[in-house]
Amino acid sequence: MATPQALIDTTDLDEFRKPLGRRLWDLARKQPLGTAGAFVVVLMAVAAATAGIITPFDPERASLQHMLTPPGGQFLMGTDEFGRDILTRVLYGARTALFIGLVSAFVGATAGLVIGVASAYFGGLFDLIVQRIVDIFLAFPLIIMALAVVATLGPGVENVIIAIIVPFIPQCARVVRSSALSIREIPYVDAARALGYSHTRIILRHMAPNVMAPFLIMLTYFVGQAILLEAVLSYLGMGVQDPTPAWGLMLKGAAVEFIESAPWLSIFPGLAITLAVFGFNLFGDALRDLLDPKLRSR
Amino acid sequence: MKNYVSGFRARARAGTVASLLLGGAMGLGLSAQIVIAEEAQNGGTLNFVVAGEAPSKDGHREQTYALIHPYAPFYSLLIRVNPEDPQSSDFVCDLCVGGIPEPTNGGKTYTFKVKEGVTFHDGQPMTAQDVKASYDKIIFPPEGVPSSRKTFFNMVESVEAPDDTTIVFNLKFASGAFMPALATPFNWIYSKKDLEEHGYDWHKDNVNGTGPFKFVEHQPGAFVDGAKNENYHHEGQPHLDGFRAIIARDMAVRIQAIRGDRAAIEFRGFPPQARDDLVKALGDKIMVQESDWNCVLLYTPNHERKPFDDPRVRRALSLAVDRWGGSEYLSRIAIVKTVGGVVFPGHPLAATDAELEQLAGYGRDIEASRAQARALLEEAGVTDLTIDYNNRGVDQPYKVVGTWLIDQWAQIGLKTEQQVRPSPQFYAVLRNSGEFDVSVDFNCQSVVNPIADVTKFLGSAGNNYANYEDQALEDLYTELARAPTFDEQRTIMRKYERIALDEQAHLGVTLWWYKINPHRSYVKGWKIAPSHYLNQQLDNVWLDKSLM
Repeated sequence: MATPQALIDTTDLDEFRKPLGRRLWDLARKQPLGTAGAFVVVLMAVAAATAGIITPFDPERASLQHMLTPPGGQFLMGTDEFGRDILTRVLYGARTALFIGLVSAFVGATAGLVIGVASAYFGGLFDLIVQRIVDIFLAFPLIIMALAVVATLGPGVENVIIAIIVPFIPQCARVVRSSALSIREIPYVDAARALGYSHTRIILRHMAPNVMAPFLIMLTYFVGQAILLEAVLSYLGMGVQDPTPAWGLMLKGAAVEFIESAPWLSIFPGLAITLAVFGFNLFGDALRDLLDPKLRSR
Repeated sequence: MKNYVSGFRARARAGTVASLLLGGAMGLGLSAQIVIAEEAQNGGTLNFVVAGEAPSKDGHREQTYALIHPYAPFYSLLIRVNPEDPQSSDFVCDLCVGGIPEPTNGGKTYTFKVKEGVTFHDGQPMTAQDVKASYDKIIFPPEGVPSSRKTFFNMVESVEAPDDTTIVFNLKFASGAFMPALATPFNWIYSKKDLEEHGYDWHKDNVNGTGPFKFVEHQPGAFVDGAKNENYHHEGQPHLDGFRAIIARDMAVRIQAIRGDRAAIEFRGFPPQARDDLVKALGDKIMVQESDWNCVLLYTPNHERKPFDDPRVRRALSLAVDRWGGSEYLSRIAIVKTVGGVVFPGHPLAATDAELEQLAGYGRDIEASRAQARALLEEAGVTDLTIDYNNRGVDQPYKVVGTWLIDQWAQIGLKTEQQVRPSPQFYAVLRNSGEFDVSVDFNCQSVVNPIADVTKFLGSAGNNYANYEDQALEDLYTELARAPTFDEQRTIMRKYERIALDEQAHLGVTLWWYKINPHRSYVKGWKIAPSHYLNQQLDNVWLDKSLM
């Protein structure tokens, strides 16, 4: 017969007793790719926050006498067709990408969370209707849905955010619902109902916190996707407008025209997009591995 | 007719010795075209690329090169710009005979003799009655029938065809703007029978002309095919067996089409970098023709919105723009180059550089101009202004110049929010909704005809979207249209320009376009014109098989 102590798994507690540095090091060893992703994400956030300090140039101010200067000297990544420093625009572009990425991912995932949990909680006809609507939205590829929204609303940062949020909501709702369905069957939900708590309280305070793992995974995945979508929309001329620095925008126009004579116009913003999306995806994967009990023991 | 060819600047860069336009001659301000005569070869199909799809097939209603380039070869005109020297304002007969007539009746009557024996592609004979019916449709369209160039002919009283070989234009007053209007390349001659039997909308979807090529097929979004008209009325022409106009919206695709020899030419114009890349890649297999372009990019302040109703604010906008510096640098990346006023640069009626420098925004000392602009804004009580700027989602030159303008205005403390819209939405905002503070706009014409072209700056003009009335300018224009001598026209034009661009700064002129046409060296006979609408019938174009 097991002793009471043997019934308690203290492994997790032991982990928390370690110093923070040691814990992070262990985590980095366990998740080297995720750590690399987190590093890119942090680097991007720092670059976005400190762009004004890192670079002396104005990202929007033309300096025609320096147009199409190759990388080197005072312009480490060269200049574009208006003589604007590419490094400066890449750094400020990180600000645009992060702002759009985080806002749209957070709002889209949160709205999806609420809808998904509510759909699972109420079940029946409500669930049926919500899920069929979700099916309709999921039938369209992400980019087509975003293009349709931005084509209706017009270009601009706010509209791009809305265009990205719309297709994210059903994606998150569907994933969260599947987790919430199993939670709904746990007796504490019935207990909360028996105690007379309101539906809103049960959904937001008792069910939603228990689907945080899929939510956080979706959230990080969405940030990478949102950055990519923003770049695509801007590249197609339906997103952020010049002279606002945005990576997708930097890849079009002169970047195409001067691809042979000034390849740095497309190389650096292209690298920035690739790195950012790669970083968020790696980070998201690692987060999933950490938060999913089935994967954690592997 | 006054010939002002020497005023135009044309230049070609050629990888072959066969055809050259020399920069040295340009420096002397001379027409720089030297053509070594070659014997035209017959046969072959010309493939060329077009950036857009024509909204309809009716030249009388449309205004776009997307129609002219694939469809002009199917039609003839009464008179046209000389295809052998399209840089000049020499007009030659197309369907008329005996040369361009001198006017009678104090300059108020023009009588043309029309060719006999010409047939439409469906076999009907072409007579002066067809010419009359076509010009009646253009000049006096029934209500509800669109005619884009009706206002060009406001001097015309009536058109008569007393017999099948004579066509007479009676004017209300003598006007130097009449003949250029007549030669406009959209004035296609339709069959009277088609107009009467099928109605005025028939040509939107159908083609029946007397041009050098017969319509074969239009695959929407893909191509337009034409085949040689064996009964063409210019003897020995056309030289080609046919042509294919390939529709390719993306400029990179069009450039690569020429590079890969899927197409031989694009008639609108490429930016300088595309020219350089093609020349670098193809060497003597590519030839380049360049020319000033009768097309100018403007910005239009919406006078109905504050503070753009205040001429001080509009002047400030113009004073902030460094046109001379912009010309130097933007000409390396965009299809704009020449600094000019309201008239096509190089035309005798255009302002000289010294005259331009007297206008707001044309001074050589840009810092002094911007200081003046800031002072004007302060005087007008404008602080913290954000301009809602409507731009067209086309890179060349709209977005390039748009981004440059935003930077220029930023230097006098103005913020700009640019709304780049696809063409239909852009036009809807510019023409209908008026939901803009400032919008990009343009004045692109075909035949160089300054007296008609400058109507763009009149508040009453159908293509002016700035929403203003300026009676002084209207009166001045009436005076200009009736001025009998060139010197008087020039004097009035300067006053007109000063009001339009300086005192009232109703519209802002940015830079005039610059046309660059790189094409395969085996394409012969086509000569660049100062407009992408001109010289597109392709009857004198031939392919040099030894270079293919």
